[in-house]
Amino acid sequence: MSGTELNKPAEESGATPATPASKPAPEAGKESNGTQLVREIMSGNAVISVLAVVVALVIGGILIAFTDSRTTSAMGYFFGDPSATFKAMWAAVSEAYGALLRGATYDPGARTWQGRLGIFETLTFATPLILSGLAVTLAFRVGLFNIGAKGQIILGATFAGVVGFLIELPPGIHLVAVVLAGAIGGALWGGIAGFLKAKTGAHEVIVTIMLNYIAVSLVLYLLKNQLRDPNSTNPISPRMHESAMFPLLLGPNYRLHWGLVVAVLAVVAVAWLLNRSTLGFEYRAIGENPRAARTAGMLVSRGYITVMLFSGALAGLAGVTQLAGTEKLLDSDIAGSIGFDAITVALLGRSRPWGTFFAAILFGAFKAGGTSMAINADVSIDIVAVVQSLIVLFIAAPPLIRSIFRIKELRHEGV
Amino acid sequence: MESGALAIVSLSRRVAHSLEAWATRRGLCKDQHSSNITHNPTIRGRVKTLKLELRGITKSFGALVANDHIDLVVESGQIHSLLGENGAGKSTLMNVLYGLYEPTSGEILVDDKAVKFSGPSDAMAAGIGMVHQHFMLVPVFTVAENVALGAEAISFGGVLNLDATRKKIREISDKFGFDVDPDALVEDLPVGVQQRVEIIKALVRNSKILILDEPTAVLTPQETDELMDIMGQLRDGGTSIVFISHKLREVKAISDTITVIRRGKVVGSADPSASTTELAALMVGRAVNLNLNKSDAQPGEETFKVTDLTVMSDDGVRLLDNVSLSVSQGEILAIAGVQGNGQTELTEAVLGLRKHAVGSITLDGKELLGSSVRQVLDSGVGFVPEDRQDDGLVGEMSIAENLILDLYKKAPYSRRGTLNRAVIAKNSVEKVAEFDVRAQSPQDAANTLSGGNQQKVVLARELARPLKLFIASQPTRGVDVGSIEFLHKRIVAERDAGTPVIIVSTELDEVLELADRIAVLFAGRLMGIVPGKSSRALLGLMMAGLNAEEAQEHMKTQDAQNAQGDQP
Amino acid sequence: MSIAAKTKTLQHADAVAVRSWKTPILLGVLALFAVVVFIILGPNGHATFRISQENDLWQVPNLVVPAKGVGIVVSLITLALAYLAYSQTKTVGKISRWVLMTFTVVFVIGLMVWIIGGTTTQNITLVGLFTGAMLITTPLVFGSMSGVLSERAGVVNIAIEGQLLAGAFTAALVSSITHNAFAGLFAAAAAGVLVSALLALFSIKYIVNQIIVGVVLNVLVAGLTGFLFEKIMKTKVNGETIYNQPTHLPDLPIPFLSQIPIIGPTFFRQSIIGYLMIILVVALWFGLFRTRWGLRVRAVGEHPKAADTVGINVNRTRVMNVLLGGAVAGIGGAYFTLVAVSSFSKDMTGGLGFIALAALIFGRWNPIGAALAALLFGVAGNLQSILSLAGTPIDGQFLAMLPYALTILAVSGFVGKAMSPAASGEPYVKE
Repeated sequence: MSGTELNKPAEESGATPATPASKPAPEAGKESNGTQLVREIMSGNAVISVLAVVVALVIGGILIAFTDSRTTSAMGYFFGDPSATFKAMWAAVSEAYGALLRGATYDPGARTWQGRLGIFETLTFATPLILSGLAVTLAFRVGLFNIGAKGQIILGATFAGVVGFLIELPPGIHLVAVVLAGAIGGALWGGIAGFLKAKTGAHEVIVTIMLNYIAVSLVLYLLKNQLRDPNSTNPISPRMHESAMFPLLLGPNYRLHWGLVVAVLAVVAVAWLLNRSTLGFEYRAIGENPRAARTAGMLVSRGYITVMLFSGALAGLAGVTQLAGTEKLLDSDIAGSIGFDAITVALLGRSRPWGTFFAAILFGAFKAGGTSMAINADVSIDIVAVVQSLIVLFIAAPPLIRSIFRIKELRHEGV
Repeated sequence: MESGALAIVSLSRRVAHSLEAWATRRGLCKDQHSSNITHNPTIRGRVKTLKLELRGITKSFGALVANDHIDLVVESGQIHSLLGENGAGKSTLMNVLYGLYEPTSGEILVDDKAVKFSGPSDAMAAGIGMVHQHFMLVPVFTVAENVALGAEAISFGGVLNLDATRKKIREISDKFGFDVDPDALVEDLPVGVQQRVEIIKALVRNSKILILDEPTAVLTPQETDELMDIMGQLRDGGTSIVFISHKLREVKAISDTITVIRRGKVVGSADPSASTTELAALMVGRAVNLNLNKSDAQPGEETFKVTDLTVMSDDGVRLLDNVSLSVSQGEILAIAGVQGNGQTELTEAVLGLRKHAVGSITLDGKELLGSSVRQVLDSGVGFVPEDRQDDGLVGEMSIAENLILDLYKKAPYSRRGTLNRAVIAKNSVEKVAEFDVRAQSPQDAANTLSGGNQQKVVLARELARPLKLFIASQPTRGVDVGSIEFLHKRIVAERDAGTPVIIVSTELDEVLELADRIAVLFAGRLMGIVPGKSSRALLGLMMAGLNAEEAQEHMKTQDAQNAQGDQP
Repeated sequence: MSIAAKTKTLQHADAVAVRSWKTPILLGVLALFAVVVFIILGPNGHATFRISQENDLWQVPNLVVPAKGVGIVVSLITLALAYLAYSQTKTVGKISRWVLMTFTVVFVIGLMVWIIGGTTTQNITLVGLFTGAMLITTPLVFGSMSGVLSERAGVVNIAIEGQLLAGAFTAALVSSITHNAFAGLFAAAAAGVLVSALLALFSIKYIVNQIIVGVVLNVLVAGLTGFLFEKIMKTKVNGETIYNQPTHLPDLPIPFLSQIPIIGPTFFRQSIIGYLMIILVVALWFGLFRTRWGLRVRAVGEHPKAADTVGINVNRTRVMNVLLGGAVAGIGGAYFTLVAVSSFSKDMTGGLGFIALAALIFGRWNPIGAALAALLFGVAGNLQSILSLAGTPIDGQFLAMLPYALTILAVSGFVGKAMSPAASGEPYVKE
């Protein structure tokens, strides 16, 4: 018989095995989801990123312009003097974004040195964002969507806090112990999601969302009981011991602390892990195609568990930098918006370690500048959240940006 | 137990029954076969018939031209076969015809009137129905719900009236002897019945033209014969049928007209009486060497043994039932069977991918069952999975990385947890050359390669180390002809080097070509192991669930009956 | 054909099931918990449940039960049910639904008696408990129905929180400006649709991962409402914040029905939104499982390509459902500012959108299941706030964790199988 009769249709059928109408295994479905996730986040290019930032800033500007009180009063006599409206709008936007930029970088007009060099404030805000962004990035690469940075930050900070304000240790050793405790706390919380994903197939998105809220309740309970500052009626902890805190990097005028160095080291470590190590090779293979990874002898479930431990540890470290770097005491809002910012940072950084680093600095700048904008231009810092989320939406949808700027698609990424 | 025994009895009765029809047909001349198909006079002439014509249909996906100016005329009341290799563009053409794809150029005419389909609903309205290769049934719906979907009978306020649908299903089911329960959940139905549901779906919508896309790929030979009967009935009732297949025998058996497609173009049409070799040559584009030149096996020591292997699914279904077999050094054992009868589970159990496996699997006397995949690979097992894109390659990683996908932990590719990129690159250049992988650069992503070249990458990786056992599942599925020969030669070369080789294939031709011995699996049970040169008929019987002795017995009585029938 | 059919039955007949022991284990642990906590650590004395209100049609005397006695009974029943679950798993491989249901009900009763018996006052007004719970349950139900609508069509909706928040904000703003609560209600629905439109645009048209879009939309809405709240609602005109004084929807008690003890005040003394909720749940259940629309929606969510091949427009169905879900969640958001509290405040939905998601999963994508889960979560939430006042054996924070913990157990397979629609989260792309 002819050799040609041997084949089964493959081009025509795609990759799906011939099991008609049989429900795909839930596990497999989720894995392909993760695979698609990895692909989506990794594709695209720098031009799109820059344009996405521009469009988001423009939309933010429009919001600022139309809600400014000067604009609204000028619009009252719009038909008499339309230019007044536009002048008012321009004034509002330039004032706001000017304040944002100066606050994030350098403000020659500020009275104090702290106010003048906003760039250090930017780096201070960026520090936990780098670490938590890395946490999300690392999990992304294994096809897991870690929405639980918030909970992991809280647990990391709680563990760090226990060591930092309940225990006394010699200087040096104390800080190391605090950092380790924080990493362990975060790793435990992340590990739960990884373990459940690996052993029961529970979707990590749902589990990590739920763990975030459980973490908040848990820390509130502890702050009302075991960890409460006896001198306070609020659910807050006592201050960290001095020996448990990150030393300041640039002296007492700036909040910037050694946590930044930890964050940079973490970037280097994650970059090495992903690109150079055999473990990273496994992670990438599992992230892109878990079935093939399994067939090649890799333990997919171990990959899920270990990466969530690492990821949680990184988020836990972000919690440490918050607690032992800037906040100095534990409250239930220690994570603030960092948990969700971490996701946007990782997306903007395209799930690459150094990309995440620069994205974190940009968002740190937004935070630092946003504070100064709120004070100096009376524009609520909430606008920063709007701009950040728009950036991510636009980056995730390159065709939209392309159609706005009429850029031709050079290379079509596989659908 | 009692019900099990009963089931077996009635099963073999069924087998015997349908085999008679099959064997009878085998003895017939080609030009006579159509008259032998059961007529159903009650439906003849009642259905309005349609003629279908495609003119200059071109469909391109980016740079790839899947269909290139295809002309095709399907006369009403005919079975028109579309014959072509995998990837020749048959399914694409039918998806164009069914409104799933929009043609880049060209037109479709129904009864000489040009029509334009913007979606399947237009095609259905024009009287075209399609039974997809991968059934388009919602697993968690009942048969009635699936049939109703899109053509629902409703009462006031859009409330479903499934009774009307149930009635229609029973009518059609009775007419063709389908035996389909409208209230069964589709996910609980066997593949053959699911296919009937698909046909009912088309008939409920009054389809005059029925497209069957590779309908026999998932059927046993007996189910295939029953399907052919149904096709005959439908044709006689006035339904035009487009039958898409790459299986020459089936096409010859059922068609009124054959159109051959190669690389997206119509390369000719043929009469069903054309010889197999002729059709094969037309389909492939050159005279095909029908036999692989391979020397006889020189079996050595029996180093690989499977004893009483049973594999369960998570929900307790026995996927592999008490299977024992062994393979010697320097021998190819082929495992034949219709898709989904335990072959996948067998290879996965050997590799350590199966959770609920009991029994024993030994290689060189060492127990493999219970070991991790890594341990199995390290003990010298090379494995080519049946679905290379899902299991064999990481499409987004580079060819170079895929070439070390299960070797990355070993020196020289890595040391103390750090990858050695230079060595990995050098290895990839060598392997790409040795296995003739047609790639621009080894650093390109593996999913940029064609199917055949992807398979070469997998094979290159798995044959890269000294092996004690080599397992290849569907080694040439979806691979172009040139690569098939290459892959087969490499597999035989591995055998000749003294490695025990297991080939799993659902294609009898490949099995017959490569095997020194053939094991047949049916419903997770081993039906027996027969010599590599066994007859197709015998293998067919075994694939349908008779064990080797029963099958041989059956062949004998059949021959005797035939002999009697010849003498009046 | 019957060969294959027989094969299948053959395999099932002699199948030695590989069983999941998760559920019996969980039930066993809970039963032991009952023994230890309800009996050994349980409070002495009595727990009093006050049932009737003065204006009820008939008066039901207070229910007074001995805390420890109930603990013993509950423990015994749960132990027995756990054993039954174990033996059912062993023999049949499946646990009857009624076992799980009874276990849940009995355990919750035990838990309530233990908690009430442990407080200093040892009594609770059931009407207060349930009417207070409705304040949480109502937006939860609307949120989870939004989830049902979009996930049944195959679009994961993490943006429920954003839809609720947008609804709450818009309702407050429009109702304040127009002094018409119904205008606020419609505007809230429109705001929910707007959020949904973004979800649909990005996840269906631009095929961005649905989870990413949902997460980001939540941040976007929180930022936007926060920004506009500062800019508009805090603006004072003549010393008053006129843009944040919404006119409220009136309560519309149904005569007679509203005077039935407990049930009356809970379900029949509500605003229009409360009645809409009940209608919505029933209508959605009927629509999904009994009508052509529902059949098509479910097909799209389970196997979009199959739906496509029978002429159903997959992406249009998805867009419509996502938009409809937005309207539903928007109305749920309006409940915050038009019924529950007097004015809008920043991030006032406080994560209820995620509890709605939890209710959706715990209720297994079924409108009635999700509504019951929302009721359970609402009661737990309200119990927490009631108990924060009186000294309790259990900290309110643990009750607050309950919905989340239950959801984790559900998705981990400890409470039966939580199967989402098969194509949920998968974009549908045609060549």
